[in-house]
Amino acid sequence: MTQLNFISFQSILSYNGSAMVAMKGERCVSIATDKRFGIQAQTVSMDFPKVFEMGPHLYLGLPGLATDIGTVYEKLRFRKNLFELRENRRMSPQIFSAMVSNMLYEKRFGPFFVEPIVAGLDPYTCVPYVCNMDLIGCRNEPEDFVTGGSASAQLFGMCESLWEPNMGPDDLFETTSQALINAFDRDAISGWGAIVHIIEKDKVTTRELKTRMD
Amino acid sequence: MATVLAPPVSESGFSFENCKRNAELIKKGFPAPKATKTGTTIVGIIYRDGVILGADTRATEDTTVSDKNCMKIHYLAPNMYCCGAGTAADTEKTNAMIASQLELHRLNTNRIVPVATANQMLKQYLFRYQGYIGAALILGGVDNTGPHIYSIYPHGSTDKLPYTTMGSGSLAAMAVFESRWHKDLSEEEGKQLVRDAIAAGIFNDLGSGSNVDLCIIRKGSVDFLRTYDEANKKGVRQASYRYPKGTTAILTTKTKNIVVEELSVRQIEAMDVSS
Amino acid sequence: MSSSVSRPYYPDYLAETPTKHHFSPYADNGGSIVAIAGDDYVVIAGDTRLSAGFQIYTRQQNKLFPLTKTTVLGCAGCWCDTLTLTRLLNTRMQMYEQEHNKTMSTPAAAQMLSTVLYYKRFFPYYISNMLVGLDDEGKGCVYSYDPIGHCEKAKYRAGGSAGALLQPLLDNQVGLKNMQNVQVESIPLDRALSILKDVFISAAERDIYTGDAIYINIVTKDGIKSDSFPLRKD
Repeated sequence: MTQLNFISFQSILSYNGSAMVAMKGERCVSIATDKRFGIQAQTVSMDFPKVFEMGPHLYLGLPGLATDIGTVYEKLRFRKNLFELRENRRMSPQIFSAMVSNMLYEKRFGPFFVEPIVAGLDPYTCVPYVCNMDLIGCRNEPEDFVTGGSASAQLFGMCESLWEPNMGPDDLFETTSQALINAFDRDAISGWGAIVHIIEKDKVTTRELKTRMD
Repeated sequence: MATVLAPPVSESGFSFENCKRNAELIKKGFPAPKATKTGTTIVGIIYRDGVILGADTRATEDTTVSDKNCMKIHYLAPNMYCCGAGTAADTEKTNAMIASQLELHRLNTNRIVPVATANQMLKQYLFRYQGYIGAALILGGVDNTGPHIYSIYPHGSTDKLPYTTMGSGSLAAMAVFESRWHKDLSEEEGKQLVRDAIAAGIFNDLGSGSNVDLCIIRKGSVDFLRTYDEANKKGVRQASYRYPKGTTAILTTKTKNIVVEELSVRQIEAMDVSS
Repeated sequence: MSSSVSRPYYPDYLAETPTKHHFSPYADNGGSIVAIAGDDYVVIAGDTRLSAGFQIYTRQQNKLFPLTKTTVLGCAGCWCDTLTLTRLLNTRMQMYEQEHNKTMSTPAAAQMLSTVLYYKRFFPYYISNMLVGLDDEGKGCVYSYDPIGHCEKAKYRAGGSAGALLQPLLDNQVGLKNMQNVQVESIPLDRALSILKDVFISAAERDIYTGDAIYINIVTKDGIKSDSFPLRKD
């Protein structure tokens, strides 16, 4: 029998490493993620997608175990498309997060190891929405920001100091980016590049950031 | 119709398809992560004209606060509300499910549902899962037989009491009740007592914090007082941390324009409820 | 395979196996420390909450220990170890003073702390220490330690239960990391103080072991000035 000698991490949620944050602004929202995919301390890839476009104004972030990121994304895409075909209307971020939450709670006793973040604008009223949940689907819908991944403690500290109400798209971009970059620089298993999406009523701006690569 | 290409969305009930994999991971030395807990103070009392429920609004993940203003008083029926402590997802989903069953029951019987019915449904559900659904609840409501408070434990045992507390701040809150509760409280006295009990939990128990939520249920009316008392305000920042444009180094920028479709308002026909 | 050998009778509260009595000598009493050094000053602040588990022991515990007129030690972690360590350090400071007829300098105290901690390599003091003061040129300096005596000199540092929350903001606002078009200049004292208070406001929001108030020590060549600032109390 082979003895597997792992570095002891706190949990399987930190097996691949990730840092993710979403913030509300004035008629806009941001969602940002790092790009690392690693196996514990070893970095494998630096362009691993963790934030997905689920609709024109709807983005889903999946920090957690990489194998479950793929599975959960595909399951949610399937369910969301089926909903939109059946109902012939766009899914609002609230409804989408309720669907994610219910899907995760169904697996209460054998969960997927992801802690999803939903960010978007309501397709009809354009009201900003951000939300995150734990791995069994307990939703948290705050007025300011949500964080996730192995660098979530660092992100909490950054966002609590940086976030202000009523930020425009440009301010929101700088604030989100600085929160993310400085947070993951103090986490050994996330970083290696970052992507920031700024979602507004008439456009989505996606920027790749220059960061430390170590 | 279910095929490989279009599988049914889901069967109802819990799915155990990941359990075997997760057990293997635990064997390899990856412990299962902890879910959000509401280290909580929740209370309920009977006063002269009904019941008052109270809760704090902090949700914690280990020693960090994951939600500063969460709702722990859940709707069950027009005459019933329920406070939840323990695993946050469990209290939320259990209450949502029982609420829908109670509504169906109300429509079937065409009566105000007795609080005892909700208590029985909750305890049977929790007992079936042998404590693995970590929900500790305080159920309060007013029906035709008067006001009732039940405390329901995760394993399915229940108590029927005139005043009760639960969660990690339960001792702090109970200390307030034991010294000041009596059965002839007026509504104002009752609100003040419940606020003080929750505040005792908020300040003296690290698992509880932020604000006080209240819910007053009388015969025929309900007041849900979200953020009845903002017990703790965030400190005022000394400096501003806004960055000038161009502070962050950007590698690439892509813009995707969204053509906003014309909005149309559709009249929705009323649901056919005859027969 | 069942055994047919008859065993001697044991009552159910006695077992044949050796009994393990478990005792943990450590407690985590929480608390956070932040220090920022400038050209001619250094500030250090610690929150005043002493707690264990979900309980608060006291809301007004000073975690800063002035060792000399220009050296302050901040401690967070196991409080009983803090008490013992600081008593030992004060003794050693006094012995040094009487033997050499001068007060120990900050770099010397920093080295001594490292040695004292490593002396208990296999039964360490469970404390995150932060030693601040003015060096021989009068410049502010911060030394941070791990529990077994590894010492690192820095310009700013956060430690304790909310260390992970606080450090990135210091990197950004004091270290000016990850920013383009900024002038690198040393920060004035009032700016350092406002950053210090702001990071603690943030930490009190999210870390349950940080709160109630902070005590601040401002070290300049004229001595140590203390100040305090309230935080949320839940």
